[in-house]
Amino acid sequence: MNSLASQIGMICDHIRPDERMLIDSARNKGIDLHVYNAEDIFFEVTNPKEKFLEPVILQRSISYFRGLHITALLESKGVKVVNSYKAASICGNKALTSIALSKHRIPTPKTLLAFTEGAALKALDTLGYPAILKPVIGSWGRLIAPLKDVDSAKAIFESREYMFPLYQIYYLQEMIERPQRDIRCFAIGDHAVAAIYRYSAPGDWKTNIARGGKAEPCSITPQIEELALKAAKAVGGGAFGVDIMESDHGLLVHEVNSTTEFRSTTETTGVDIPGILLDYLVETART
Amino acid sequence: MGKKVTCPECGVEYDAPDDVMIREILTCPDCGLEVEITSVEGEKLGCRKIVMEKEDWGE
Repeated sequence: MNSLASQIGMICDHIRPDERMLIDSARNKGIDLHVYNAEDIFFEVTNPKEKFLEPVILQRSISYFRGLHITALLESKGVKVVNSYKAASICGNKALTSIALSKHRIPTPKTLLAFTEGAALKALDTLGYPAILKPVIGSWGRLIAPLKDVDSAKAIFESREYMFPLYQIYYLQEMIERPQRDIRCFAIGDHAVAAIYRYSAPGDWKTNIARGGKAEPCSITPQIEELALKAAKAVGGGAFGVDIMESDHGLLVHEVNSTTEFRSTTETTGVDIPGILLDYLVETART
Repeated sequence: MGKKVTCPECGVEYDAPDDVMIREILTCPDCGLEVEITSVEGEKLGCRKIVMEKEDWGE
């Protein structure tokens, strides 16, 4: 019979290959992993006595807003969630991530935030061209636009005026001169466990593997380790994929991912990320 | 005999994990089409093509 510490929950809305790796790894480790499908569950928000069997639940929902709400509800019922509501909300919002990184003096690209088209153009005068416009909430590199000059900025800002108000928060970042790759380092608990170089897909300047980019193993240097662990701590601690750029002025953290896809990193590096993540969850349940 | 999926794109039949779950995403080894499992009863699983992109989806 499994002890309480080996009972772990997992919330997901689809079983991707990543979640399948977790399910198979849990079985091999003798961990009782209870999979909750986010599309089937509901909560009695006003019932504080509603309890979950598992002391720790891994949040793997692909949907950011759904995952965030479920995490808040689980935490309200005394469950430890990896990652916490605080960490997930910071990681899911690029502006909050930039604030957290800056507050903890972690090198990150220069970033300005404006809330109208006019203010955004003034901000770009300060930042200079080329720059990058990113949605504060969004992933897999969607709707990220390079702003080459004032005319392209005006055209892109005009299109944003017709979109949901979230897209009228102008998150503007300096364009970093860098190789056609970035580094993703997995920080789980107090350890940087694996890292890959992510190369842009042909014809694309973004390095997301989901966009067809390719991965190669990356040695975790002391500097990468220090940055990844500091960034993870800055957003609240837990299990993260920390994205790092190699600039002329050194390494810069540009993103911290909360429900990170690890399949390509596991396949590329041979590091058993699902196993390490499960061990971390068991350890978290015991503390 | 294990559980099987028939790819709705190219028709190739391939194996699914024994404990395959509803909404699990499988990839056709032949054409690469990603499908979402819709039923797990019996040996032949139900599935449909999945587009992995909604507005707030991702890592």
